[in-house]
Amino acid sequence: MKRHRRAVAVLAPPVVVGLLALGAWQLFVVGGRVAAYVLPSPSAIGAEFWSDRDIVVRVSLASGANALVGLVCGALAGIVAALVASRFRIVAEASIPVVAALNALPIIALAPIFNNMFATTSSIPRRLVVAIVVFFPVFLNTWRGLREVAGVHRELMDSYAAGGWAFARKVRLPGALPFFFTGLRQAASLAVIAAVVSEYFGGLQNGLGSRITSAAAVTAYAQAWAFVVGACALGLLFYACVLVLERIAMPWRARRNT
Amino acid sequence: MNAVDCRGLGKTYNQGSRDEVAALDDVDLTVEAREFVALIGPSGCGKSTLLRLVADLVEPTAGTVRVAGKPARVARRDQEYGIVFQQAGLFEWRTVQHNVELPLELRGTGRRARADRAREMLELVGLADFAGRYPAQLSGGMAQRVAIARALAVHPPLLLMDEPFGALDEMTRERMQDELLRICARAGTSVLFVTHSIPEAVYLADRVVVMSARPGRVTAVVDVDLGPRTEAVRTDESFFAAVTLVRQALRGNPAVGEGDPALAGER
Repeated sequence: MKRHRRAVAVLAPPVVVGLLALGAWQLFVVGGRVAAYVLPSPSAIGAEFWSDRDIVVRVSLASGANALVGLVCGALAGIVAALVASRFRIVAEASIPVVAALNALPIIALAPIFNNMFATTSSIPRRLVVAIVVFFPVFLNTWRGLREVAGVHRELMDSYAAGGWAFARKVRLPGALPFFFTGLRQAASLAVIAAVVSEYFGGLQNGLGSRITSAAAVTAYAQAWAFVVGACALGLLFYACVLVLERIAMPWRARRNT
Repeated sequence: MNAVDCRGLGKTYNQGSRDEVAALDDVDLTVEAREFVALIGPSGCGKSTLLRLVADLVEPTAGTVRVAGKPARVARRDQEYGIVFQQAGLFEWRTVQHNVELPLELRGTGRRARADRAREMLELVGLADFAGRYPAQLSGGMAQRVAIARALAVHPPLLLMDEPFGALDEMTRERMQDELLRICARAGTSVLFVTHSIPEAVYLADRVVVMSARPGRVTAVVDVDLGPRTEAVRTDESFFAAVTLVRQALRGNPAVGEGDPALAGER
């Protein structure tokens, strides 16, 4: 009962604010006679979303698959790279500045180039873009986590005469988990953005991005917005999944306030 | 056999370079079996360094350390001591029980034996009900008790403590002092205890080793003979006399050895 009430108290304010914003949007568009190409009303977008729901779901799944495959591959590569960089200091010293610089580049700009490397029916270019985008936050955060060990933990493990492997397995790796998940949370949102946006540059036309561009090109603005809503939902889904994964992987954090 | 034997111990950091610091110079220190020795001195007197030398976490630049009759390195490998720092240093991803099991795990003790021993240790520090909790759910005093249970898990003959109660409030601190004495008496553990609190040193220790700074040296050793420690001792005349004696020794006043005949001084 108490728990139930608390959930309501947490959820109610953002829901109310969201509904108010939608209402204001509707009023603004209808009352202000705003042209549909400038901004369609939420009700028009909602109606379009509902009538096109099968297509929205299908193309969301296509983009979602690209984002998921890219996310998993990029995250795995990030973890492996972080392990290597933390194990061999020379690798870290040589690679971290380069990685930080690359991280500042708009990776998405590589999409058209990748498109030319593979067949036009291939999903690989988009997945490659996602993987590269995901790699950086996962690598940098995990590496930082692996490096950061509390002085008291180091001394303690020394006092137990613990070997390098025991130290890595019992201190370094679990200690890096929160950092890894910080990286993965950033990466989950980026993965969806990268998967959708990379479709803007041609290639296989089966995802959300291509639908948004083609709907906008034929002046079906409400429809374009309906696909944008689909992209938002996909992004939220990815983020929520990572949060759930985080809770499962780090039960000691979930139970902190009980 | 003495629990700790240090002879002519010296430690200079950054030896040979321009920022060379002599932390310790020519220190002799003995902790007898089942004896409780407190190290006290101003900050920078090298008391923590001395503790780390005994623990073999730092290497001496002069002299020798023997723990349980063995060279310090061998003693560390054989887990002849348990250590507790000012920070509890629990691993937040392990439950209380698994934190206590860690030193046993690293020793290769079997799962069942580990669980039994951890239970026993948590019982000893009065936290058996909290075995399944995570450190984030504990108060500072409870976390420090878990750290003590962890240090005692391998039944070491020696306990090394570096201001373990320094971050606790006064009430908790006094309760922890009584518990520590009870636990060590029961387990028959020798203790080397670093503190900067004079009353704490006097209340806990059989012998208070007073150090001075730059370079760290032992300037006085005050024997404390107050009998079994109870609440009454904290307000007893002889307790305050001993506190005064240690305070004078810290100030470099050569009155040590005089005063209360119950308190015999050395050096």
